[in-house]
Amino acid sequence: MLELKNITKRFAGKLILDGVNLTVNDGQILTIVGPSGAGKTTLLRCISGLEETDSGDFFLDGQPFNPVTNRNNDTVMGVVFQDFQLFPNLTVLQNVTLAPTMVLKQSKAEAEATAQRLLKQLNLDGKADLYPYELSGGQKQRVAIVRALAMRPKLLCYDEPTSALDPDLRKEVEEIILKLKAEGMTQIVVTHDMPFAESIADQMLRVEAKS
Amino acid sequence: MNYVSQILPSLISGTGTTLSIFFWTLIISVPLGILVGLGMITNFKPLTWLIDVYVWLMRGTPLLLQLIFVFYGLPIIGIVFQRYDAALFAFILNYTAYFAEIFRGGLQAIPVGQYESARVLRLTNWQTLRKIVIPQVVKIVLPSIGNEVINLIKDSSLVYVIGLGDLLRAGNVAMARDVTLVPMVLVAVIYLLLTAVCTVVLKRLEKHYSAWR
Repeated sequence: MLELKNITKRFAGKLILDGVNLTVNDGQILTIVGPSGAGKTTLLRCISGLEETDSGDFFLDGQPFNPVTNRNNDTVMGVVFQDFQLFPNLTVLQNVTLAPTMVLKQSKAEAEATAQRLLKQLNLDGKADLYPYELSGGQKQRVAIVRALAMRPKLLCYDEPTSALDPDLRKEVEEIILKLKAEGMTQIVVTHDMPFAESIADQMLRVEAKS
Repeated sequence: MNYVSQILPSLISGTGTTLSIFFWTLIISVPLGILVGLGMITNFKPLTWLIDVYVWLMRGTPLLLQLIFVFYGLPIIGIVFQRYDAALFAFILNYTAYFAEIFRGGLQAIPVGQYESARVLRLTNWQTLRKIVIPQVVKIVLPSIGNEVINLIKDSSLVYVIGLGDLLRAGNVAMARDVTLVPMVLVAVIYLLLTAVCTVVLKRLEKHYSAWR
């Protein structure tokens, strides 16, 4: 369970997040919705440790933790970026196994076995040796999900998972997210796409733009 | 033909000096260029300022002048180099500045998202640099580095000014002694062969890096 208490974030004096409170229960899906510029992505970046917060506390299973400095413990957060950010110089398999071998110190064989299993699970069999430029947008996104999952995160965060994809792929993303939920993954999804948010959310957080 | 075989040994020995300057300058100034290039994109102002001044000096004055300065000028303040060491020192300083500028450009072309993506995967800065950033930068800068590599072969002829016996000097000596242009033609052919080899190697490298985009 992830809890945020009174999270505040300013950029150059401008208040972006004003005392955000939220709780995500294990195995549930929280969607964060709101208009552009409201701070949805900023909130996600704070949760995933890419931005320092100005004040407020994070708790994981009741224990306080700091996402920015939480680098040497277990992986808490997996992140699927809006533009995926696969590493173009590595094949799909290398993208997925890089961190497990270098950070979790898994053997190459172990990491590759896990990667192949996850790739198959997300309908990416046969793509392991391709480079990212050879994949479609939807495939890239699924590789990004697999890459995050291979680090065995406690939570998986998505930033606008539908915005870089064709509209007809929305259903596919939805299915993946629900499938991962069925397997017990806790997920946070930032989106401006209300129908999409409503169809996957257990819980919804609205972020309003500050004037 | 007889004449050619007569002067060839001295030309080949000169080529040895040329290649040795070329080789060591490249081996040392490329990694140094990466480091200085990294220094240029840090937020530590005193460092970037220092590097800016260094690059300005190295690119803003002729290499020939720098060679003269290192070999004839530095002894005045008590720093004495052997001829070869002086040449290498000047070349490394000069080429590191050019390589640093090239690598800076390459480093700045890598999107922030790549670093963030590596960060959430908990890769260390060094792992990120080695596995993700540098391979992408190398691909970007390869054509510009290739240009400098070809330049370096030809620039190495400047060492004549401090009395080192390189390829051009060997040709020069033979030309002055025998009053014929043949040595210079041979020198040109050897330079062309050297740059041709470099061109082929660079093409291969670029091809290797074209596996991904």
